[in-house]
Amino acid sequence: ALGIAGGLAGAANAETLEPNAFEDITNYCNYYEFGTGKEDPAKYAGALTTDPWTVQIDGMVDKPGDYSFDDIMSQMDIEERIYRFRCVEAWSMVVPWNGFELADLLDMVGVKPEAKYVAFETALRPEEMPGVRYPVLDWPYVEGLRLDEARHPLTLMATGLYGKPLPNQNGAPLRLVVPWKYGFKSIKSVVRITLTDTQPATAWNKANAGEYGFYSNVNPEVDHPRWSQASERPLGGGLFARRKPTLMFNGYDEVAGLYEGMDLVKNF
Amino acid sequence: MQALNAYVRRVPTWMVYLGLALPAPWLLYLGLTGGLGVEPIKALEHELGKWALWLLIAGLAITPLRKHAGINLLKFRRAIGLMAFYYVALHLLVWLVLDVQQPSQIWADIVKRPYITVGMGAFVLMIPLAITSSNRAIRALGSRWRQLHKVTYAVALLGALHFVMLVKGFQIEPILYMALIASLLALRLPRRGLYQRLA
Repeated sequence: ALGIAGGLAGAANAETLEPNAFEDITNYCNYYEFGTGKEDPAKYAGALTTDPWTVQIDGMVDKPGDYSFDDIMSQMDIEERIYRFRCVEAWSMVVPWNGFELADLLDMVGVKPEAKYVAFETALRPEEMPGVRYPVLDWPYVEGLRLDEARHPLTLMATGLYGKPLPNQNGAPLRLVVPWKYGFKSIKSVVRITLTDTQPATAWNKANAGEYGFYSNVNPEVDHPRWSQASERPLGGGLFARRKPTLMFNGYDEVAGLYEGMDLVKNF
Repeated sequence: MQALNAYVRRVPTWMVYLGLALPAPWLLYLGLTGGLGVEPIKALEHELGKWALWLLIAGLAITPLRKHAGINLLKFRRAIGLMAFYYVALHLLVWLVLDVQQPSQIWADIVKRPYITVGMGAFVLMIPLAITSSNRAIRALGSRWRQLHKVTYAVALLGALHFVMLVKGFQIEPILYMALIASLLALRLPRRGLYQRLA
């Protein structure tokens, strides 16, 4: 069932969030498995077979196994969440996702007490993904969250957009959405979820550890080494769009408690 | 080759200026009407930057083409060089006015961000070249003009480096431009010297 726009947290802000057009969201994507151009995913991701789809869930869980997408969907409550989306490249959108809380999926498989992190992996299919011929990144794309981040009620597994099934270029059939982190943390087309007690490797950190940390929380005070993160350009405003200030945690202050006592400059 | 050179001789230079100038207003029109996609500011900035690189590469290709292929495009070299400057200036203008927007941020970016420092360096180096592009300046400077305009080599290398430094991950396109520029410069090394170096 589709829930209320904005979901729980950040509800006060949700009123003022005007989602970007479907065409904007689906034609300006970073999904390097289909090419590094922003429109490459819209052009080439149609080749990705998303049905059938299986997610392997393993590691420190009570019920490891291969879960079909349909099986997962039958057990999850789908709601709408209108989230800000802030790319590390300093542009932003507002996206009306449909999906379920990652915490619900974790409860479904049962997380063992010794687990501390969640690792994710994107599909790697050279025959369907023209971009993986080039060593832009060390394929497959991998990401990770601390377990408390993964369990936060804002953390979503998105399966739709504007009430439609997720388009391939946006990470069909299911992807992570962590709205207080830079977009690259929100890994697409997930085929594997592993619960572990060691901090998992992440694709961009492997490519350039000085520029992309494990946490990658949106933070206007910590610049990317090559550009400022203090402001962002909201997409959809045309040639004369004004920049606007970037908000700490992308405006999702309720996650601040997760990082209490941590040096966010060091743990960028 | 003879026929090609004869044909080239009949093309008036003003047509080259006009033909090379037109993509800029066309890109602006596309940007205003949605033809550059969801993020027209970056798209316009990148397209103008790429035109500048293409023209720098074209300018550097003229001497090797004449020496190794017998194609003489020398009469267009000034037009190509000046139009490269035109695209770099427009690229800079879009960055200043549409992209960065905050004047306080501009100087900080130039000093703090190496890829911007490099790009700005290339632009600054082009200014004396553009100023000394008139017939009068060429006559006045004599042999020093040739020396001065070798700064183009540094401009092209800095321009390509600027592109290499700004992309995320390992991307092919900027590296291709850098390789092309390096090859065009290598063709200028003295023949004997080159063979000795390769031996």
